[in-house]
Amino acid sequence: MTDGIKKTKVIKVDYLARVEGEGAMYVRLHGDEVEEVRLEIFEPPRFFEALLRGRAFTDAPDITARICGICPVAYQMSAVHAMERICGVEVGGSLRDLRRLLYCGEWISSHTLHVYMLHAPDFLGYAGAVEMAKDHPDVVKRGLELKKVGNAIMALLGGREVHPINVKVGGFYSTPSRTELAELREKIAHGLDLARETVRWAATLDFPELVLDYEFVALRHPDEYPFCEGNIVSSLGLDIDIAEWDDHFAEVHVPHSTALHATHKGHGNYFVGPMARYALNRDLLDDATLELADEIGLEPVVRNPFRSIVVRALEVFWACSEALRIIDRYRPPPAPAVDVTPTAGVGWGASEAPRGILVHRYETDGRGDILDARIIPPTSQNQPTIESDLRAFVESHTHLDDEKLRWHAEQTIRNYDPCISCSTHFLDLVVDRG
Amino acid sequence: MLFIGIGNRDRGDDAVGVWVAEELSTLGYDAVVCRGEATELMDAWEGHNRVIVIDAIRAECDAGTILLLDAHDETFAANSLPSSHAFGLADAIELARALGTLPGELVVYGVAGICFDTGSPMSDAVFAAAQQLVANLMEEADA
Repeated sequence: MTDGIKKTKVIKVDYLARVEGEGAMYVRLHGDEVEEVRLEIFEPPRFFEALLRGRAFTDAPDITARICGICPVAYQMSAVHAMERICGVEVGGSLRDLRRLLYCGEWISSHTLHVYMLHAPDFLGYAGAVEMAKDHPDVVKRGLELKKVGNAIMALLGGREVHPINVKVGGFYSTPSRTELAELREKIAHGLDLARETVRWAATLDFPELVLDYEFVALRHPDEYPFCEGNIVSSLGLDIDIAEWDDHFAEVHVPHSTALHATHKGHGNYFVGPMARYALNRDLLDDATLELADEIGLEPVVRNPFRSIVVRALEVFWACSEALRIIDRYRPPPAPAVDVTPTAGVGWGASEAPRGILVHRYETDGRGDILDARIIPPTSQNQPTIESDLRAFVESHTHLDDEKLRWHAEQTIRNYDPCISCSTHFLDLVVDRG
Repeated sequence: MLFIGIGNRDRGDDAVGVWVAEELSTLGYDAVVCRGEATELMDAWEGHNRVIVIDAIRAECDAGTILLLDAHDETFAANSLPSSHAFGLADAIELARALGTLPGELVVYGVAGICFDTGSPMSDAVFAAAQQLVANLMEEADA
């Protein structure tokens, strides 16, 4: 530094555009040292939890589905599993399979949107998908085609592609015929080919250097890659029932965010999402997915957050593969739903939203009216880790010019596909060189 | 001819596209409602050569004013809307243009709104414009 004076550099995001929510980012450097990082979320609270109070337990899946247009199935699944726990009901057989199939649709649709439209332009040097499409039309067309496969699953199982209306506590309002699923199968089989190409293509991207030591947290089921069931496990050895959540995790308020930050008590930040699922459940992937992972040289535990795009693509391939397995063994259930009798109690539900575990907790009275509701979304849990990633990346890349630093700072946030960040050019870089 | 109405029926004047499309559908025309996400729009108009999109807009003109934009004559500012994860109408048009999948005829009727509050009804001016627009679009489709 000239004359020994350290210079201050501020990377400031005043408004995160094209996000599910409103947020900003602030990074201040003094010399090569990062003094402060804040992922600021200033979206006013939407009060969904308060809205649920006094409503019937059967309303929860439809109300919570409105929280997000990208991952409504996750909200529905966490809600119905929590309610079914309270009521002592277990949904199995074909109905359980159909729920997994619906979830496959959401992963395919949501992951593909992020991989191709939101994240890929970062790697290929474009301002956005429109600009990228001019030079890489075949890549973008493949992404749009693959996303439609997910949408088709959502439309058939959920009644419509966005904010599905066919899910209920106990099962579904209606179930598909084998003929309908046979038509869907053809689309998914094509999707599997597109997903394989996606994985191979994603593996060829250039990834900035950054390897970090995370505590990964995800659901783990004894027999299957997780969607809606299983214990919460972590790479530090945690293995708990979802109902023990409060014993191990805490939500805290920080002044710069209207979304609560979550921490693992006694440990701190943790990481939820595709990289965590993959690290903790890789052995539960099917042979075809594992072969594909090996083909591209994907290590068993990925610790470079920029490579999350590859893991996300691999999960799309697995979801197509899983969807085909479900359809192939499908036998129409005797009824679209099992009977559920309202019960007083407290119930927890967790499912693996595309971005990570989504936790719901409800308390109901004997009539089934909701007395209390808590919803802990994945982006809220990842916020502190996103901030620590930003700090680590900027600290290790201070040699970059301002433009590149800003570019990769945006990319660092988008690694998480957060519901608060998915745009191009949402950072305003302000440089104060003292 | 396909009509696509975009909007949210529970957000005041933003409901105008939905209302127009539903009226046209009830009258037997090929009309669908979309929430405005780009890939959804591109899927909706795929295979159609003549497409008319109806959407509410914010513009510096009187509420109820109808603006006509031809997608083949105008360049839309993609990535311009601070919306959700999803892309919007402008992105759909520009993405389709880049991919060579823009319908042969794609016209956007934008109705200037004044109130987009949650739970509000359409304003009188916008509702009157919506009724007029339905009549005009029927004439166009029948011509």
